[in-house]
Amino acid sequence: MNLILLSLGLLCLSGFAALVTSASPRWTSRLGSWGVILSCVIGLVPAVKVLGDGPAQFFKIPWGIPLGSFDIALDALSAFFLLPVFVLSALAALYGQTYMAAWAGKKPLGPVWLFFNLLVASMVVVTLSRNGILFLMAWEIMTLASFFLVTFEDERAGSRRAGWIYLVAAHIGTAFLLALFVMLSHGNPSLDFDRFNLPAMPEYVKGILLILAVIGFGTKAGFIPLHVWLPEAHPAAPSHVSSLMSGVMIKMGIYGLVRMVSYLGVLPVWWGWLLIGIGLSSGILGVLFALAQHDLKRLLAYHSVENIGIIALGLGVGYLGLAYQLPLVAVLGFAGGLLHVINHALFKGLLFFGAGAVAHVTGTREIDSLGGCLKRMPWTGVTFLIGAAAIAGLPPLNGFVSEFLIYFGAFRGASSDGSQALAMLAVIGGLALIGGLASACFAKAFGIIFLGEPRTDHARAAHEVPYGMRIPMALLAAGCVGVGLGAPLAVKILIQVLPVATGLSLPVIRGVFPEAVHPLNFIVLLSAVLIALAFFIFLLRHAMLTGRHVQKAGTWDCGYAKPGARMQYTASSFADPLTGFFGFFLRTRRHLDAPSGFFPKEAAFETKTPDIFMENLHRPAVEKIYAGLSKLRWFQHGRLQLYILYIVITLLALLVWKMR
Amino acid sequence: MIAAWLNFLIVLFAAPFLLGIVNRTKAFFAGRRGPPLLQLYYDLAKLLRKSAVISRTTGFIFWLGPVAGLAAVFCAAMMVPFGNARALVAFNGDLILFAYLLGLMRFFTVIAALDTGSAFEGMGASREVQFAVLAEPALFLGLAALTLQTGHFSLSDIYASLTWETWGKAGPTLALIAAALLIVFLAENCRVPVDDPKTHLELTMIHEVMVLDHSGPDFAAILYSAALKFWILGMLIVRLAVPVTLGHPLPDGILFLSSMVVLAVLIGIIESVMARLRLTKVPQLLIVAIAFSILALILEMR
Repeated sequence: MNLILLSLGLLCLSGFAALVTSASPRWTSRLGSWGVILSCVIGLVPAVKVLGDGPAQFFKIPWGIPLGSFDIALDALSAFFLLPVFVLSALAALYGQTYMAAWAGKKPLGPVWLFFNLLVASMVVVTLSRNGILFLMAWEIMTLASFFLVTFEDERAGSRRAGWIYLVAAHIGTAFLLALFVMLSHGNPSLDFDRFNLPAMPEYVKGILLILAVIGFGTKAGFIPLHVWLPEAHPAAPSHVSSLMSGVMIKMGIYGLVRMVSYLGVLPVWWGWLLIGIGLSSGILGVLFALAQHDLKRLLAYHSVENIGIIALGLGVGYLGLAYQLPLVAVLGFAGGLLHVINHALFKGLLFFGAGAVAHVTGTREIDSLGGCLKRMPWTGVTFLIGAAAIAGLPPLNGFVSEFLIYFGAFRGASSDGSQALAMLAVIGGLALIGGLASACFAKAFGIIFLGEPRTDHARAAHEVPYGMRIPMALLAAGCVGVGLGAPLAVKILIQVLPVATGLSLPVIRGVFPEAVHPLNFIVLLSAVLIALAFFIFLLRHAMLTGRHVQKAGTWDCGYAKPGARMQYTASSFADPLTGFFGFFLRTRRHLDAPSGFFPKEAAFETKTPDIFMENLHRPAVEKIYAGLSKLRWFQHGRLQLYILYIVITLLALLVWKMR
Repeated sequence: MIAAWLNFLIVLFAAPFLLGIVNRTKAFFAGRRGPPLLQLYYDLAKLLRKSAVISRTTGFIFWLGPVAGLAAVFCAAMMVPFGNARALVAFNGDLILFAYLLGLMRFFTVIAALDTGSAFEGMGASREVQFAVLAEPALFLGLAALTLQTGHFSLSDIYASLTWETWGKAGPTLALIAAALLIVFLAENCRVPVDDPKTHLELTMIHEVMVLDHSGPDFAAILYSAALKFWILGMLIVRLAVPVTLGHPLPDGILFLSSMVVLAVLIGIIESVMARLRLTKVPQLLIVAIAFSILALILEMR
């Protein structure tokens, strides 16, 4: 615990040190980023120790704040979520050091590093805190720190807009969490988690608590339709921040959900169904919207929604397994869902780094303006390819391992008697659809950006990024391969985590765990065979072609004499059959100026896919609320003395109410 | 184990033969003599001896596509049972890995096509992923129906447990699964009515157009992978349709191989008597496959 506290202290200290040295961009970046890296390494030690069978650690000091106390604990579940927080934060800090250098001298970098370090520290406290007040405070710092990072380029109207949407969405979520904690504190002198005495409560109260939790935490996690802030905020933030937000910050929502629900005792059956429903809608709609995007970072943001959906599917399978007393199904579902948390941090962090690298050197995030980047930036290209294959769930990488566990749990659950079978089949069909769509989407993203000929001068200007950005990408890519090939070892760390998350006893879990993860041995074996075979075939091909005259020519293209870069298929045209097929959900707007006349001069075609939930649900609702509240405008005059009067009246009213 | 290796080797050697039968059947229906049964072997031998022409636009993805595709389909073939005989590798959940290895092969074929920067190949790649998106759920739900029917989670166990009694008990279910798998088979192997392997009009092709620029040994790898894929997906249908176990590996194997030949003839007949569907109609066909799988599941859960 001392190491964790040291790590927290170091995070805050280095953040403020970066702020103070803001005058020198080099020092502020160094202090900020190395502070994060060092404290992450320090923090990893106890986290790994607890996961490897170590005892949980506690630390508590009382506080003067009503209901509050500084009560933190490091158990297996916290340690499990801390793992990606520390790893990705350290790599993002390293990446950011080089990435932010472009702004040196143009913008003060001190605040960026302060908020970055505070964001990391707040995530650490969120996973550790065992008191409602402390939890909410850390949650709020997390929101505010990331808000200031999202609005880093506040001279752009788009960034300001994204920041506002994020701030409003995050606070609506927090409002539900506040209600959740108020309900939990009912009749308790403090909000310490270990004082919750909940299993005795009536069923309907439990239902209300679950709904509050799913809305409050789901807003942070990005469950559809609460996801609207993600596609706005992720593209606006600097890439290392988007990577951190998408890779780990949204997982805090998942952590909160699993943690809070673990205090509620026996759960109603509909809870598993609800999570599977959320998972299916977030997963399928998330990847569909991703497919229709032209902006690389926006595309990745929608993929976060998709992957959160996959995590929800895993948890849903797990909770249904618990409800129907199928421990094997429960273990498989939770193991898949939780492992996907780490996997998503690895590959989504990697992909955002890659997107940042491409945007950094070409100056554009428009997929259709790029092309041929693999030759100009091989490191970025190869690591991006690994990330793309991993997020599409392809073997032998890590994404497949977690999806396999969820699939396998669903297959097991479907063939057990009981009404859960229907939900399990929906999971199987849904995951298959999501997998196909994700594979299509990343074939598009990788293929159009990195392959073919450069479409514009932006793409022709591409060159490889410095080592400071390459190394984090290479390490994350190695992580994707490592978890994929070391799957049986990777799932072992879950043994201590599962009892906390599921409420099952350790012996029960130890009983079914070997059966659950046994197939992974074969998968790893076949993955090794796959890689060896590919290498062997490559050698064979090499041996065959050496000595023969291998001709280099233009792309044949059925004999087309002068193919040009602009004639290539674009991202929009590649995705068009699919976006057309699912047009009902996407409502893509097309604008076509068709060529006309005998000598047509110019033509234009444009598609835009706005978020249907933003357009049809949130915007009208916000407008209504705004119209309603603007009737209260007369209340606000902008005169300070009147505002002070309001405060005095409020305080008096509270005093009278208290004296009553 | 020796038998499993032997069966695997038979698959590796015999796979191109089936395509010869398909083409002969089609020639018969068209009133032609048709190419020799071993034509694909000759083609492969010729391509392997040739050099290659490689586009200047392309990079290492272009040759990695066929290489990774062949490796993936090899691994997938290791998990498919030879009739009622167990596969080389069998474990609970191998059907998931099987489907995803085919997905890996597709992913690499698609990006290798995009590497050439050609509009035609991009078009083919785009169509390939569109149809795969719909074929994948059909395949998974069909396999889920099989696991529900048999209570096993490995392809080898599922197919070994199928007998005529299963047909007696759950005939309609198995028929629906077989129909769904047949449609998936036609789509995944680029056969009429989804795609036409013989067409020379680039605008309408799917799979063939993706590999326009590959030549020499690379193209040989692509043709051979396609033949293997044809075989292993075919095995899933054949054993389901003819779940006969004679009790000895040799007659069982011969029966199984002759059923595969019958399947190839059947595919040849389908290709001869049907026209290729319009591209916009293909998704409807694949949705029919999904509907068949779901219907099979409903019958089982009743």
